[in-house]
Amino acid sequence: MDTKTIKKETNTTQTTERISGSEAIIKCLLAEGVDTLYGYPGGAIMPVYDELYKYQDKIHHVLTRHEQGATHSAQGYARISGKVGVAIATSGPGATNLITGIADAQIDSTPMVCITGQVASHLLGSDAFQETDIVGISTPVTKWNCQITKASDIPEVIAKAFYIAKSGRPGPVLIDITKDAQFEEFDFNYEKCKGVRSYIPIPKLNHNQVEAAAKLINSVKKPMIVWGQGVALGQAEAEFKAVVEKAGIPSAWTILGAGAIPTSHPLNIGMVGMHGNYAPNVLTNECDLLIAIGMRFDDRVTGNLATYAKQAKVIHFEIDPAEIDKNVKTDVAVLGDAKQSLAALLPLLEEKTHPEWHQKFKDLYAIEYEKVIKNDIHPTKEGLTMGEVLQEINSQTKGDAAIVTDVGQHQMIACRYANFNKTRSNITSGGLGTMGFGLPAAIGAKMAAPEREVISISGDGGYQMTIQELGTIFQQKVPVKIVVLNNEFLGMVRQWQQLFFDKRYASTEMTNPDFVAIAKGYFIEAEKVTKREDLKDAVAKMINTDGPYFLEVCVEKEDNVFPMIPTGASVSDVRLE
Amino acid sequence: MEAENNIYTVSVYTENNIGLLNRISAIFQRRHINIESINSSVSEIEGVSKFTIVVNISEEQMKKIIGQIEKQVEVIKAYFHTDEDTIYQESCIFKMKSDLLFEERQIQNIIKESNARIVTVNRDFFVIEKSGRKEEIELLYRELSAFGIMQFTRSGRIAVTKDEMKISTILEAFQA
Repeated sequence: MDTKTIKKETNTTQTTERISGSEAIIKCLLAEGVDTLYGYPGGAIMPVYDELYKYQDKIHHVLTRHEQGATHSAQGYARISGKVGVAIATSGPGATNLITGIADAQIDSTPMVCITGQVASHLLGSDAFQETDIVGISTPVTKWNCQITKASDIPEVIAKAFYIAKSGRPGPVLIDITKDAQFEEFDFNYEKCKGVRSYIPIPKLNHNQVEAAAKLINSVKKPMIVWGQGVALGQAEAEFKAVVEKAGIPSAWTILGAGAIPTSHPLNIGMVGMHGNYAPNVLTNECDLLIAIGMRFDDRVTGNLATYAKQAKVIHFEIDPAEIDKNVKTDVAVLGDAKQSLAALLPLLEEKTHPEWHQKFKDLYAIEYEKVIKNDIHPTKEGLTMGEVLQEINSQTKGDAAIVTDVGQHQMIACRYANFNKTRSNITSGGLGTMGFGLPAAIGAKMAAPEREVISISGDGGYQMTIQELGTIFQQKVPVKIVVLNNEFLGMVRQWQQLFFDKRYASTEMTNPDFVAIAKGYFIEAEKVTKREDLKDAVAKMINTDGPYFLEVCVEKEDNVFPMIPTGASVSDVRLE
Repeated sequence: MEAENNIYTVSVYTENNIGLLNRISAIFQRRHINIESINSSVSEIEGVSKFTIVVNISEEQMKKIIGQIEKQVEVIKAYFHTDEDTIYQESCIFKMKSDLLFEERQIQNIIKESNARIVTVNRDFFVIEKSGRKEEIELLYRELSAFGIMQFTRSGRIAVTKDEMKISTILEAFQA
């Protein structure tokens, strides 16, 4: 080892300097443009924290109250900005607490780099204090991971980590660094990663496939688009809008696709899936061509696959070859990133309007409005509904707010009734369905986009899973607006118990604390609303408050979210009541 | 209707990195698929490792798993083949008591007829090695077990394909 060092020194150029591994980590992060990281210190990561102390004017470390909060904050940061979110934790429990957020980022394709400290390399495998095999544990839920035991490996591995997290279909990367590697000094030199020889982030676009897709689109009468997060991840919003408008195709979104074209766009026909809109679900089984763009046919989107769009031809625009034919067989697969693929498609499309086909969506929307939407947003019953709260927030923020939700009934209601004027405005845990995601994700979102109104909307259940992050909001003075829709139930599970388990409400009723007092305990201004006549002013006060603000709204205890496709049913069997 | 299962030989060309075995085997584990055998070795290309994995699953499952394997950052290329498309072998070794070699004349015939060979003989035991297909090895095992086997080990399948693999071309394309 010594000889190697000596040899390196003789080759020293102006760009190298002799520093510790931990300082190198900070310099790598700075070189990657990281301005904020979320984390929690501990024994095995202390050398890095010592450097963070020295570099605090250049890089902002946010002390969360739990490592899970750090990952969700990093996710929120990444989801609103498109930049890589960074979380940092110590070994053992610090590292294992990251896992839920990493799994969430993996299934929702969120670019994130997690750095964990590890016991010194000579202690690996000795069951040392706070030693855990985090590389082994995180393998199935990371896009890539790696353990570093030598300081000299730090620059190359971190460069690779950022490249892999961000490129192609994004995802989480975990880097585990032993404590001795953090202390060790070496000649530092940083080069950004430009490629990994075994990895093709974006498959090469095949123009024959684009032509085949265009031919099919031009020849059909009842086309329908379902788009997912791939449009926003590929920064293809403009190309997508141009395609939709030129070909006049009714377009529906998956939960993570929301906002790539505004909710109010005339060709936006709403959300598909279990609690999606009536028309796009029913007409999935009537269209003659289903065009999937940057989505993966999740079971919550498709319902029973055996009866999903069987009458239709299917085109799949997708960056990840493993998604082709995974759940739904395609007639034409266009591999590539959405921006490039849609730009190539646009000139080949004929201008169309499909007025009769559009009318069908409008007719079904009218039914949904009459049976569901009207009662949700303009209720005549006494209790407040989640829908009217969302409607109020939405109208006062004019659809410009970023809505960060948790998981459950309020999440579905938020997706259904929030208008999203801007892309990257619906920040939620889609694939993993992680309760507790919302509050910490809102912290990251607000810090990454301070110019935007960020409203965290949670239920009383999920809110209490990461409620400790109020401490982070208080300490960092993050001006997020926090809304809890309190129905004193784990509402979505209760809804299933009502519909499918004969109303046996096993462990879903919650006896809740005084949420306003808790917020005030963290010196966050707070209010509780129980009556309809107070809602408007309370929302206005929340929005007009400069700092963080907490608003609890007590809603009907046993409301259900409709439409609903029961598990295993067909999309066209969507229930309205 | 359950799709028909087949024996497939999966060949995975990868970078030689710690943890890749875990990453690849986890793809099977997550789908509740048992790996019949697995072998990891160097390949025909310097610095490139090769996994040879045998599984008994449907063709549709196989195709999806190949997609998931290839998606791993450090996997260069993955293929699957049926038995007809590959030339494959397994290897096994038996340890037996040396007395048998002199007392049971039949053993020498079994060794000869099965194209096995004696690797070593000492005062206490001797060791037989045999390479071939699974059935041949199983036959030899049955024949020898009558005399008492002290130890037995069989390797995973190793295979080459009748078709060209073109890994070098793929690697060049990556670097281009």
